[in-house]
Amino acid sequence: MTGLFHPYDVTKEADVKEPLDFLRRDRLQHVDRTFKAEITNVTKLTEMEKLFHIRLVRQSERERFTFLPGQFVMVEVPGYGEIPISISGSATQRGMLELCIRRAGLVTGVLHRTQPRSLVGIRGPFGTHFPLERMKGNNVLLIAGGLGLAPLRSAIFSVTENRADYERVHILYGTSSPNNLLFDYQYEQWRRVDGVELSIIVDRGDESWQGPVGRITDLLPGVGDVSLDTYAVVCGPPVMFKFVCNWLSEQGMPMQRMFVSLERRMHCGMGKCCRCNVGSTYTCISGPVFDYWTVMNLKEAI
Amino acid sequence: MLYRILPKDEWERLVENMLQAGEVIGPKKINTNKDGKPVHQYLPVESFGEIDLEYETTEYSAKTYFLPFKETLSEYRFDEGDWHQEIKYRLQPRAIVGLHACDINALLKLDKVFVHGLFPSPYYVSRRENTFIVGVDHDPCENGFCRSLGTDTVTHGFDLFLTDLGDRYFVAVGSDTAFTALQQVECRDIVEEDTQDYLEVRKRIADGFQTKIDANNLSNLLDIEFESDVWTRWGDKCLSCGSCAMVCPTCYCYGVTEHQSLDGTSATRVKQLHSCNFIDFARVAGGHNFRPGRATRLKYRYYHQHRGFAEAFEQPKCVGCNRCGNVCLAGINPPAVIKDLQEEDAR
Repeated sequence: MTGLFHPYDVTKEADVKEPLDFLRRDRLQHVDRTFKAEITNVTKLTEMEKLFHIRLVRQSERERFTFLPGQFVMVEVPGYGEIPISISGSATQRGMLELCIRRAGLVTGVLHRTQPRSLVGIRGPFGTHFPLERMKGNNVLLIAGGLGLAPLRSAIFSVTENRADYERVHILYGTSSPNNLLFDYQYEQWRRVDGVELSIIVDRGDESWQGPVGRITDLLPGVGDVSLDTYAVVCGPPVMFKFVCNWLSEQGMPMQRMFVSLERRMHCGMGKCCRCNVGSTYTCISGPVFDYWTVMNLKEAI
Repeated sequence: MLYRILPKDEWERLVENMLQAGEVIGPKKINTNKDGKPVHQYLPVESFGEIDLEYETTEYSAKTYFLPFKETLSEYRFDEGDWHQEIKYRLQPRAIVGLHACDINALLKLDKVFVHGLFPSPYYVSRRENTFIVGVDHDPCENGFCRSLGTDTVTHGFDLFLTDLGDRYFVAVGSDTAFTALQQVECRDIVEEDTQDYLEVRKRIADGFQTKIDANNLSNLLDIEFESDVWTRWGDKCLSCGSCAMVCPTCYCYGVTEHQSLDGTSATRVKQLHSCNFIDFARVAGGHNFRPGRATRLKYRYYHQHRGFAEAFEQPKCVGCNRCGNVCLAGINPPAVIKDLQEEDAR
């Protein structure tokens, strides 16, 4: 009577259960297989934040790995844990990732102590992205508060690298104090791109600070008319994007043209663990980038 | 669907065959509760006699055989600054005998997430594909409200489904494996009389439900009553123990942790089922908690059951088994909470 049950080997016949995608990649296999990646360089940005340059080790994986600005990866330090981190680098680099990471918990603490050449695991990329294709031919507002510059930097790269595709470009960045400015070595580079306006504001200045002091909303009147042909990407804490988006809405910008990026606790990145649910929506697969109309209608989002 | 008539002694032979082919899980009487009622649990059985198909409900659902409370996702071996990842899936076939319609419907709901979702889970698919499921019809449970949610009957998701007609079983054959298994025992085709008897039994069951909820428009109601005092009232009772999620046949949320071996040469990545009522469910690094209060966490649980899952899959996640209500130390149960919410709306 043995032979009544026939073992089903999920690693061999997975395509029978789920159709392959059009690149003939099997989605069922390897969802928990992590890409081995090497930390090639670490740049100190502030006391709390470092920029990690990461390269996938295997050539084949490097060639396949692409992402769109706004997406995130799960970074794993084997033996310590796995965390979701948005990608800060340019989407034109294949298999190369730049991740801006603040020291906040267990895994980020370990990462801050690692040396170049350490090997970490990368899964992804996951989630939705900023609609840079749809924004072409329009004015663009890129607005970041604090650590929000980390995901926004990827969009800034895309817009500046394809400058001709967009009309007026404004980059607004606000943070608490001059000590906390991220990527300060790149501002000059962005400013020199033809037709890109970069404005920076801090909550509290110091002796050396020459720029404006105040809230990010103080910079908004300087961007001109936003009611027509303008898209906004807003990254920052909920209280910040709420004020910014409400102001833009009052100026006549449709909410479906404003995009925000949400942050939540995540344990899978694949719409399974439920930890990132906002109301009833998975931040990891329906987000992290949402248009503001959707966010307004999510319970508990703001 | 193919139907057959299986005499009861042949059912015993079928189970004996399954026992020889692999592990068999069935409802086993393990204790008696304070009211003198038997307590059952789905546990591995060694003989036909241990299976008690007359059980009312079990304390835990059978989800633990598909989503174990603890599961190793991968193992790491460290070697001179390098590491190697190893992933294993459970491939051994087994049978679960005696699942009720609500529990099979619960598996169908889990399938939507873990088999047909954006990222299918090989861990789940492997266990699901390697499990032979025998369902059984039963008279309504005292507190179950599955009929209100349409989960008291099931048409797929099983290999065999038995309906007790007194001296024989009316059997729905749901898979080729089941068809082959039936060929090795003596069963016959159905005749008019069998169908009559079957429909009579089904009518008796359908008429026997005592507990009901009004599930009409529940999704919208949960949105409208999002700020309602009802949540504070029930939330104040909640102990945040997470028992409801542990016994629930469809609760699947989890956390992943990593553990290093003492000698530092290896590590494991372990998935453990979690509960949205736990305080750290939505707490992020740096200390911010998106759901710090008990009431918001309890509300979120109901919101996911009847609103969030419904938005994604056009059906509630709840199957109406009321295991969460039976197990809750604070006496929080879905029929009462939902009724309270509806009455709040009427006021």
